[in-house]
Amino acid sequence: MIANMTEFRTHFPPVNARTHEVCGPSALSFALALAGQLGGTVLWLREAWWGDQINPVGFAPYLDPQKLLLALAPSHLDLLASAEEALRSGSVALVVMEITKPVGLTEGRRLQLAAQEGNATGLCLLPEGMGSNAAQTRWHCAPVFDAARPATDSTLQRWEITKNKSGTLKAWTVKWDAQTRRISVVSEAAQR
Amino acid sequence: MHKRVVSVWFPRLPSDRALRARAVDRTACAADLPPFALTLHEKNTDRIYCLNHAAEAHGLHRGMGLSDARAYCPALESRPANPTADARFLTMLARWSKRYCPWVGLDGRDGLMLNIAGSAHLFGGEAGLLEDMRARLARAGLTGHIAAANTRGAAWALTHFGTSHKDGEGIAGLPVAALRLDPKTDTALQRLGLRLISDLMALPRATLARRFGPDLVLRLDQAMGTQDEVISPLGETPHYGVRLTLPEPIGLRDDVMAGTARLLERLCAKLKDQDMGARRLTLILRRVDQGAQQVELRLAAPMREAARILPLFERGVAEVDAGFGIDQMRLEATQVEPLLKSQITHATAARPEGLDDLITRLGNRIGLDNIQRFLPADSHIPERSFKRVVAAYSAPEGPWGSLRPRPIRLFASEPISATGPHPPERFRWRNMSFTTGRATGPERIAPEWWLPEDTWRTGLRDYWKVDTTQGRRLWLFYTPQNPGWFVQGEFA
Repeated sequence: MIANMTEFRTHFPPVNARTHEVCGPSALSFALALAGQLGGTVLWLREAWWGDQINPVGFAPYLDPQKLLLALAPSHLDLLASAEEALRSGSVALVVMEITKPVGLTEGRRLQLAAQEGNATGLCLLPEGMGSNAAQTRWHCAPVFDAARPATDSTLQRWEITKNKSGTLKAWTVKWDAQTRRISVVSEAAQR
Repeated sequence: MHKRVVSVWFPRLPSDRALRARAVDRTACAADLPPFALTLHEKNTDRIYCLNHAAEAHGLHRGMGLSDARAYCPALESRPANPTADARFLTMLARWSKRYCPWVGLDGRDGLMLNIAGSAHLFGGEAGLLEDMRARLARAGLTGHIAAANTRGAAWALTHFGTSHKDGEGIAGLPVAALRLDPKTDTALQRLGLRLISDLMALPRATLARRFGPDLVLRLDQAMGTQDEVISPLGETPHYGVRLTLPEPIGLRDDVMAGTARLLERLCAKLKDQDMGARRLTLILRRVDQGAQQVELRLAAPMREAARILPLFERGVAEVDAGFGIDQMRLEATQVEPLLKSQITHATAARPEGLDDLITRLGNRIGLDNIQRFLPADSHIPERSFKRVVAAYSAPEGPWGSLRPRPIRLFASEPISATGPHPPERFRWRNMSFTTGRATGPERIAPEWWLPEDTWRTGLRDYWKVDTTQGRRLWLFYTPQNPGWFVQGEFA
């Protein structure tokens, strides 16, 4: 398990100054866990018409809502342009984009360059099957039901790297550790 | 230069202002107007604050209870008074009076003092000036008593107590109250039989000072001109605008930015003098063909550092169409906020400057109001337990947290088909089938009846956290008062 954990630590948090992608039903908790771990200010970009809300009371254990700025872009293009500007400015640690349309190659590459210049991490939250080739890694996250744990502590998830530009594909079963406020890997044997 | 003071007294300023604002027949003469009064709530009752001539003719007076006044005069029309608006109106009148002379000061709550020395000839002498002023005030529907004298005290006495506007008569024949005395001194003088100012002047000064204190002698001296009294003119409101006129039109972006830099330096120096910071800047670029291009910049925080503001203009300036060239630039701070110099200590949390600049940049693209932050709110209702506010006009607040776990994603409640007070074994949501693996609850949340909310019309809600065997952990609720099941959120 220790080896497993160490290996996970080399992949998460994903490499800085690049943009990454995450999809799947638990993509939101991946983004929040990452934001909490990086520690700096987080810019959360989404389109203004989007009806769902992220609930600061719910994600307070993951990420302090005081460190979050929410930007509502009127269109997809404005969202990408704002993300590029924010990544380049270097005054935020993480830029989260909730994407509803596929990101083209040019846009994806521009985001990469901006992230490199501003030394910030970019993260796209995608609907399934909408990735851009320019992304450094793509993760798929899904919740896992686990009958053994108490209901208050049921945060078991399966995180899987489905695309990696510089490394192997790998999958872990992880859970949120409320004490350390970190994601920790659950050993494979513990799964039934 | 010899001082010449014009005093203007508006005895019915509040009611005149209220009547001016009303749509009334202007042709009707003042005497035909119905009785009208403004009331102010003081000492636990509505009292008459100001009234028009018709109301006075009915025997009403200031300070009278409104109910008494209504009994005397059933036709009385009344409105609540607004002293702040009256004060603002008087300032407007003071600004208007600057058409006669530059030196205008306020006199109490209902008067103006003008030092017209050297400017009367522009209106055909002093008589012409006063006549012009009277005519304009009458046309504006304002009752104004106007008089000119050599001193401020004398002018005041003539407007408040002079019955006829005969110049050169002096104030000797006016009652002692015209010296702006406090009521106690006035009564004491009346008791001694000193009714007119001439009576006072006849007495030795030493006795007056011994008996009534130095104030009376001071007032007398001020009215006579032996003691000077100043009129403090109203300060000019600072104007935060600068401009640059160019001998040759420019069109390159770098040139425009260089011009903006020069303007910004001057503007920021102005802002610094007044301890102000700009919130909104407008750059107007006039082209040679008389067209004008405008660049708006809304800042995320009040700022006055030229070096920081200049790069924020880059995006706006890049979009400008210079046409045949730009030959005049104007930069104005259309919205300013006080920005005091603050002491830097170890205890003050420095506001990250880079973040403010980023908010400004993003704000100019997607609108400053669209960049928000979460603030905690005091409510049990999940969607009301936080609020979203504009980030540029707020500071982060804490603490965050709740006693019970809350979902990280909330959406408008979506109905599912299920019955009974216990969570269903199987259900379909968003075209997916789920099997309940474990349900935790219920947590009952009652609607906030003091705030009407359509979505909470269905009454109480019993919330359950349902862990499905498919993996997803959903937040379901049951409404016992109108049986039905809904999904409202999803946990991590």
